[in-house]
Amino acid sequence: MDIHHEVVRDVVIKFAGDSGDGMQLTGSQFTNNTALLGIDLATFPDFPAEIRAPQGTLPGVSGFQLHFSSERIYTPGDQCDVLVAMNAAALKVNLKGLKKGGKIIVNTDGFDAKNLRLAGYPDGVNPLENDSLQNYSLVRMDVTKMTREALKDFTLGTKEKDRAKNMFVLGYLYWMYDRNLDSTINFLEEKFGKKEEILQSNIKALRAGYHFGDTSETFTTRFQVEKARMEPGTYRSIMGNQALAYGLIAAAQKSGLPLFLGTYPITPASDILHELSRYKNFGVKTFQAEDEIAGVTAAIGASYGGSLGVTSTSGPGMALKSEAMGLAVMLEIPLVIIDVQRGGPSTGLPTKTEQSDLLQAYYGRNGECPMPVIAACTPSDCFYAAFEAIRIAVQHMTPVILLSDGYIANGAEPWKFPQSVDLPAIEVTFKTELDSAEEKFLPYLRDEKLVRPWAVPGTPGLEHRIGGIEKQNGTGAVSYDPENHQIMVKVRQEKVDKIAEYIPEQTIDSGPSKGKILVLGWGSTYGTIKSAALELQKEGHAVSHAHIRYMRPFPRNLGHILEQFDTVLIPEINNGQLIKIIRDQYLIDAKGYNKTMGIPITKSELVIEIRKHL
Amino acid sequence: MSEREAVASGIALTPKDFATDQEVRWCPGCGDYSILAQVQKVMPTLGIPKENIVIISGIGCSSRFPYYMNTYGMHSIHGRATAIASGLKATRPELSVWIVTGDGDSLSIGGNHTIHLLRRNFDVNIMLFNNQIYGLTKGQYSPTSETNKVTKSTPQGSIDHPFNPLALAMGADATFIARSMDRDPKHLQQMLIRSHGHKGASLLEIYQNCNIFNDGAFEIFTEKGSKAAETLFLEQGQPLVFAGGSKGIRLDGFRPVVIDLTTGDYAASDCWIHDERDFYKAQILVRMFDDPNLEGHLPRPFGVFYETDRRCYEDALTLQVDEAQALRGKGDLDKLLRGKETWEILA
Repeated sequence: MDIHHEVVRDVVIKFAGDSGDGMQLTGSQFTNNTALLGIDLATFPDFPAEIRAPQGTLPGVSGFQLHFSSERIYTPGDQCDVLVAMNAAALKVNLKGLKKGGKIIVNTDGFDAKNLRLAGYPDGVNPLENDSLQNYSLVRMDVTKMTREALKDFTLGTKEKDRAKNMFVLGYLYWMYDRNLDSTINFLEEKFGKKEEILQSNIKALRAGYHFGDTSETFTTRFQVEKARMEPGTYRSIMGNQALAYGLIAAAQKSGLPLFLGTYPITPASDILHELSRYKNFGVKTFQAEDEIAGVTAAIGASYGGSLGVTSTSGPGMALKSEAMGLAVMLEIPLVIIDVQRGGPSTGLPTKTEQSDLLQAYYGRNGECPMPVIAACTPSDCFYAAFEAIRIAVQHMTPVILLSDGYIANGAEPWKFPQSVDLPAIEVTFKTELDSAEEKFLPYLRDEKLVRPWAVPGTPGLEHRIGGIEKQNGTGAVSYDPENHQIMVKVRQEKVDKIAEYIPEQTIDSGPSKGKILVLGWGSTYGTIKSAALELQKEGHAVSHAHIRYMRPFPRNLGHILEQFDTVLIPEINNGQLIKIIRDQYLIDAKGYNKTMGIPITKSELVIEIRKHL
Repeated sequence: MSEREAVASGIALTPKDFATDQEVRWCPGCGDYSILAQVQKVMPTLGIPKENIVIISGIGCSSRFPYYMNTYGMHSIHGRATAIASGLKATRPELSVWIVTGDGDSLSIGGNHTIHLLRRNFDVNIMLFNNQIYGLTKGQYSPTSETNKVTKSTPQGSIDHPFNPLALAMGADATFIARSMDRDPKHLQQMLIRSHGHKGASLLEIYQNCNIFNDGAFEIFTEKGSKAAETLFLEQGQPLVFAGGSKGIRLDGFRPVVIDLTTGDYAASDCWIHDERDFYKAQILVRMFDDPNLEGHLPRPFGVFYETDRRCYEDALTLQVDEAQALRGKGDLDKLLRGKETWEILA
């Protein structure tokens, strides 16, 4: 039979299997392979909180969604074209996300009586054997059997052989999308270089999957997606937490200060620690503390000594850090608190995404405790947001909260990475001696930005004491004076408000600068809102999109922008948080669109919502 | 002449150089005054430029300490001085870092950080002011208060069993463990000098009288009439003798027993000879923690219980940075951003 080659524009694949099936690895390998071809992409890993949830069960399903296209795309896609299901549970969980007529590739070995029972199918019902999948194009393959067969000459045990099942599937998809195997072979060589038997068995399984595609005639068409028309330049693939770690390292280099991370492991922020701990050759020091509080307070100690103190966490951890964050506000020293948000409250949904810590970031501390807040909006944007958080922290002598979330933290996209020479220097001034007019060091004397001097231990003649008790303005001495406290409350607020003069103005991402509707977003909803706005604009609707990075203080022209629209619609993955702040600060009747399912808002959902306001 | 020049030229700083213009606000008669005076006396003798000394405290009466020392200092939040000091020392190993904390601050709200600092062995000095009461919150029992203590929060007497702070430190593998008291200035000075001299985390417990809420808690150890009989001052290489040399401690198996040195049955040479480096004996010493009201109780030891050498966290961390740079060269930002795999999009 002839094999046809067909060029397609846009594909969404979901890899799904048991959490031990290696679907995250399969997905990320396909992603890298896709990226290297210059195809635009966005990914969405979706895995259970348990490391190994009971095998074969619905909660144990781990998924990885990849959207790739020859046109610019901004989301991992709403519905899949292709579903790879390694077992019955994976099919059951993900079928509703598959387009009608979509392709299903199943591992038939994962549909035995036990797997069917664990997936909750009634006795005697096998979806592969009734007509329930007739609206889809179904490809069955016994991946387990064929992998074992391919590896029959290896001395490995059956268990080890079965671990290569994901490589067989990956090889098959490489055939289906007309890919070269080199990127994965290189990866395997690096990963298993010293374990020859494991390395060779994985490569063999990968090739076996590829050849199976060639010979089995399961599909008669191979698909190609062409290079996307992206801005010219050199690209790499990047994930959010990785970009965030790089942003911190870059800011450390550009400010000439050593980076110190004090942290405690927590999903989905731990990868920032993992990543930074690998870069000690950049002078980065990472400290895995005994708890969240020790993580932030160690970072405060490091900042006090003149380093860039950073702490990383997720919502529950930030709650534990609140008192120390208040101390940093009082001490007026630089500190960056990274909150990679997840579903809450309490332990909530550790591996699922949510934007529900904005109000915590704004208000979640005792006393009048203002702190700048910055939000990253895509995986690669985490780099720039982290860089900016450090800049504001050191130049304004303040703790800064950086908000990311599970969706962008684990998502990947192509990144036209910057050259270090193109990154701005971060000017930092330490106070090193008394000025000629000064008789005594005044640690809370302020400059035109209302910023106090940074004098670090080891500097002769500037010995001074700071602490969490209210300070006398100027001298920094302990003060319980009523007037002074009021002055200090106001001045700490004003200092943060003044940062608006040192950040860029708000821009409109797409659409007209005035008119019918502005869709206002922040954080990880960027891709969804952008895609929805572009689609409606293509249809001729006047829909505008603005996305806020500087959450506190807001850019000084934000109010003016909001006034230009009849309707301001604020989609958020929470129960309505930015909308409260916008209503409070600008007294406008903004409309909310909210989803709290632990997953991103889809483009189609948002398009429907925006249409209601057109 | 600046202080640095003074140090360099061998002109010693004086205790006055370490005093600040802040009015000391502890209650009149508080044991903290004596401790402050001894620290101010000892600091000039250590040969450290004033600007390289950092004193970090948490919350509580004792934690006001940094305000009264003309060095760098931070009066932080409850229980966290140890964690703040860890971050500072990790990044600035050359500084001399002192932690001032109390029994509530370091053993209750900050207990976790205390044990972790000790096991990590940062080269810092902890001065634990133990007054067995919550003073600043006006008189609740603390984690070192004796059982059945009647306080504002325990009108029927406290139920909690108290911590033995030095046994806790021993359990956390502290590398230097010592005890002193506010009422013995000379001994306290010696212990401060020893704490400073130890490379690694030193825990110095200082019995401190709170004359408002727990007056006389340590009277039996500090007052003339009972001090000799109730205290045992440890000296390296010397027999454990007390009560003016009339009594001694002998080890009967693993059990310390009091022996009478006046009857001729035992001589000082029969006593346990103190060795600060003996890990096993130190565990018995820290457990000499009898209630002095009990019949046949052992005397309470003061001095250096234990000292050992172990790698300090900050040194190991610095070494890892150096090794990484030696192995891979100083970080190249462009190489990092570029990563392993890139592709070109052409115009």
